[in-house]
Amino acid sequence: MAKYVLEFEKPIIELEEKIFEMRSMSDQLDIDDEIAVLEEKVERLRGNIYEQLTRWQRVQLARHPERPFTLDYIEMICDDFIELHGDRSFRDDPAIVGGPAQIDGIELVLIGHQKGHDTKENLKRNFGMPNPEGYRKALRLMSLAEKFRLPVVTLIDTPGAYPGIEAEERGQAEAIARNLIEMAGLKTPIVNIVIGEGASGGALGIGMGDRFYMMENTWYSVIAPESCSSILWRSWEYKEQAAEALRLTAWDILELGISDGIIREPVGGAHRDHEAAADEVKNQIVTSLRELKKLSHDELLDQRSARYRKIGVWGTA
Amino acid sequence: MAWWNRTKKNIEDQQQREIPDGLFLKCSGCGYIIYKRELEENLYTCPECSKHARIGSEEYIEILIDAGTWNETDDNMVSTDPLEFVDQHPYSVKLERAQKKTGLNDAIRIGTGSTNGIRIALAVMDFSFVGGSMGSVVGEKFTRAADLARKERMPFVAVTASGGARMMESAISLMQMAKTSVALSQLADARVPYITILTHPTTGGVTASFGMLGDITLAEPGALIGFAGPRVIEQTIKKRLPEGFQQSEFLQDHGFVDHIVHRKELKETLTRVLGLLPVPEVGK
Repeated sequence: MAKYVLEFEKPIIELEEKIFEMRSMSDQLDIDDEIAVLEEKVERLRGNIYEQLTRWQRVQLARHPERPFTLDYIEMICDDFIELHGDRSFRDDPAIVGGPAQIDGIELVLIGHQKGHDTKENLKRNFGMPNPEGYRKALRLMSLAEKFRLPVVTLIDTPGAYPGIEAEERGQAEAIARNLIEMAGLKTPIVNIVIGEGASGGALGIGMGDRFYMMENTWYSVIAPESCSSILWRSWEYKEQAAEALRLTAWDILELGISDGIIREPVGGAHRDHEAAADEVKNQIVTSLRELKKLSHDELLDQRSARYRKIGVWGTA
Repeated sequence: MAWWNRTKKNIEDQQQREIPDGLFLKCSGCGYIIYKRELEENLYTCPECSKHARIGSEEYIEILIDAGTWNETDDNMVSTDPLEFVDQHPYSVKLERAQKKTGLNDAIRIGTGSTNGIRIALAVMDFSFVGGSMGSVVGEKFTRAADLARKERMPFVAVTASGGARMMESAISLMQMAKTSVALSQLADARVPYITILTHPTTGGVTASFGMLGDITLAEPGALIGFAGPRVIEQTIKKRLPEGFQQSEFLQDHGFVDHIVHRKELKETLTRVLGLLPVPEVGK
């Protein structure tokens, strides 16, 4: 049973637990009809709740600590994976992981933000907030991919690049900027998938490429709703309004022409069924890599350039 | 943050104006009293302590470009509020107010001109327009200036001043970091020089994209340059930041700025830099 339950998940979880209990007694008692009624009820409830989630509720789902993270997906979808450590300049940043991998017979380089499932692991992973050396490690891995003509897949899940003294000293802005210009010209296919949170430059720092997908319960924005609230409303209390205003869900981003599609999650969210979520992610990776494999380097870079150049809306005074 | 204060405190909008209209002004850095015209002649830098007051895009164009050679393009491009963003006020109202206040249509101006006879493409940001933030218009105009520099094989110079990506265009603003980087990647492939001049303040998404991608990175003295703003860092680490943290000199010490240049020497330094970097001919 779930350990961490969001407020709007509670009625469903409670009913599910009740059904579970009744099932365990159904050997002795004839309560199959009652169970069927409850199951129908929970099904309706799921439909009602998950089809009408507010943007803020999606943000909460995206942050659910029991969602699969990068290493969980790697475990579930890769035939093989070897994690490589370090940026060859300062240290290894545990908030970004990556290395050569094989999925469905395709060799590739896989890179992703890494959060922790508990406090201890989160301290190690800095809650998925990379320092400059994380971005530089990612760049090193992308260069490796380019050299060996391997495609790159990045899994995005960060509340943002870390805003700390040492991060600034070591050039957080430079590290992200460098990755952007290198990803713009990297001569190998890149597929980006948002698996949780996609906050600002910290997400974009490993998030440019030829295909961009978001899972159903994820968000992508220039700023986290709480920070937006604190700046524009001068209070932390307006995060729900900020989430609405920022238009940050997978559907919003698709509508804005920024993403290529939405990866469906099992009902209730990826945290309710890791394997089912991983199957969807794997299918999308394989499909995208097969499409991109057909393109020459020139076609690939021309399409990548056009993809970003078209984003923007303006008029004339 | 006011850099220059009036010596007389009888006018209400004192806090809001960067360079007030009083006859005598007091440097907020060292207290030096200066005659307004002398300050102008000194390009709004303190003759005593060298403190650089914030100036606008118009002043930078005057400082860097030879008189009569500036040819501005796309000055009528405006944001259309694609998300219909509303916080305490609608974004559309903020835009209108900013346009009225500054006489500008957005936070960047682009064009071509000569600097001591060398023809360049120039992009100049203006902090007075919604904090110099980057949305669709800034991203598109920067991209057009970079493309023009590439096609006509002239050096590209960017003067930055920005609080970062513009929240009111959300993910579209974020994508401008990607878009401008694509343009700079192609400019680099063409081996056309790209020089940045970082001014106070340059933070967030602008630093983390075209701000930090210059072949040569110049900065004005004492400018705040960083990824996260100082307030955000203090809230995160729950500590006071050290003196001089994230200023130009700090960035130079840590290896992220090539040269700190006094505003009065900006044009000469830029000319020397450009003189040392060859530009390929068109078609090469």
